[in-house]
Amino acid sequence: MSAQAIYVLWLRDMKWFLRAKARIISTIVMPFLWLAILGMGLGAVTQIPGVGNYIDFLAPGIVAMAILFNATMTGVSVLWDRQFGFLKEILVAPVSRISIMLGKTFGGTTTSIIQGLMLLFVAGLIGAKMPDPAGFFLVLLFMILLGIGFVGLGLAIASRITDPVAFPLVINFLIMPLFFLSGAIFPLGMAPEWLRVIAYIDPVAYGVDGLRGVMIGVSEFPIWLDLAILGIFSLAMVLLGAYLFKKMSA
Amino acid sequence: MRAIFTNGLTREFNGLTAVDHVNLQIEKGELFGLLGPNGAGKTTLIHMLCTILPPTEGTAKVAGFDVYKEPDSVRTSIGIVFQDPSLDNRLTGKENLDFHGRVYGMSKTLREKRIDEVLKLVELEDRANALVETYSSGMRRRLEIARSFMHHPEIMFLDEPTLGLDPQTRRKIWEHVQMLNKQEKITILLTTHYMDEADYLCGRVGIIDHGRIIALDNPKKLKDQLEGDIVSLEVPLPKKYAEIFRRRKYVKEVKIVGDYLYLTVTGSEKVVPKLIDIVARRGGKVRSVGCRSPTLEDVFIRYTGRGIREEEGGIKEQMRAHVRAHMR
Repeated sequence: MSAQAIYVLWLRDMKWFLRAKARIISTIVMPFLWLAILGMGLGAVTQIPGVGNYIDFLAPGIVAMAILFNATMTGVSVLWDRQFGFLKEILVAPVSRISIMLGKTFGGTTTSIIQGLMLLFVAGLIGAKMPDPAGFFLVLLFMILLGIGFVGLGLAIASRITDPVAFPLVINFLIMPLFFLSGAIFPLGMAPEWLRVIAYIDPVAYGVDGLRGVMIGVSEFPIWLDLAILGIFSLAMVLLGAYLFKKMSA
Repeated sequence: MRAIFTNGLTREFNGLTAVDHVNLQIEKGELFGLLGPNGAGKTTLIHMLCTILPPTEGTAKVAGFDVYKEPDSVRTSIGIVFQDPSLDNRLTGKENLDFHGRVYGMSKTLREKRIDEVLKLVELEDRANALVETYSSGMRRRLEIARSFMHHPEIMFLDEPTLGLDPQTRRKIWEHVQMLNKQEKITILLTTHYMDEADYLCGRVGIIDHGRIIALDNPKKLKDQLEGDIVSLEVPLPKKYAEIFRRRKYVKEVKIVGDYLYLTVTGSEKVVPKLIDIVARRGGKVRSVGCRSPTLEDVFIRYTGRGIREEEGGIKEQMRAHVRAHMR
């Protein structure tokens, strides 16, 4: 494994991110609309037991959503690299595939977290409840785990799907149910039994639950359990991504 | 030790043999050309030698390392310019080189020194900090060449280095390739389907067709095998006249390519009037006549019975050319 290679792949993602200002804005806008419109609209008629305000309830879910969407979409960069030929330059370099995969994972996770933090800031401006300084580090930890897990998943899928048109379709097909089942917009505790059972398979649910626990003090599971499950998921996704990257050809 | 050594190297794709038991020995310091039409297996062969495609059968050693068993050692010893573009258009020229230097494990001081050197060699110093997006196709090619040798490879692979470039830019690239071979002492294997390129640049040329090397020697010797001049005649009913000409003792060889007859003759200045006369006596009319010394194209025609350009222009190839034209 080469630290230099991991670093330069990360650096490249940072450069792209900072140069694509339009992308930064557009990826913030959608979750912002969810938060503002759904938050205000449903907030007027919805009262979640034990939670003061619907916006407070929704904000952690939408932060998780921003990370989920951006992280899985990181895989697109692999398809672009393949399309534009740069992937060949990476694959013939004398560095292990694992370094390449890790560099991409850290790059995608960093940009996802930046976007998650931007959304957290916006949520604060709208009036959602913010974590205290100690809680902020836990929020960051949940963001990192969510980011790593779903960047890993996105990269794993990108190593198998070579069609740049098909990739976003597959990703959307996958992340929409993950998002809806995560309990981001409604409390899972009050959902019908069958729905709850399915939701508990959804790793995003533990991210949302953990973030909510830290931010507003209401959660279904203890925070340590959320962290543990999300941590196992992230590790599994990185291993899966590394395995599939190893077998990938240009 | 040989720079490149292959033994029965073969690659199949779904039952189709792209490279068919190729045996190649390329010595250190050579500038070797693989000449053949599109689809002959040149790129597949290069991809195997640079370790990104495993062979189906046979072995290959590059810089003394087995491409399949020791890919990392091979990778540090080689530099590659792929046929299709492989730059990051959203980074600057310098950033592309910096990326390369880092993944090849070069230190910061070495990287900085070397980036300046190679940019100077390909004359791109003044555009170093511009995004590659803004480069012309020739500039991108030069940047790729600069990148491919910045880590001091022993061996370089250039896959169709001048494809789709204008004549002036091609000349420039030829100069760079010669400089790398002579001054930097790098062994070079280049593929091309341009006769003049192989002829002008390469010390030895292997002619490849349908995945097999069908002739291998230095360009002069290959052409000398044809002994004589090439006369091309555009006539109606080329088959009929081919038969007639074959019976004349001053005609050594006749090949039909489309409406044209290619005749290998000695003493062309005396023979051409005779040939025109023969056609005229049989009521035919020669539409055009050409006469020249043999080229590598003629060598190719002699071995394969067809021209090297005839197989161009499949739909897939056209699409790739289109993509290339728009991305460069």
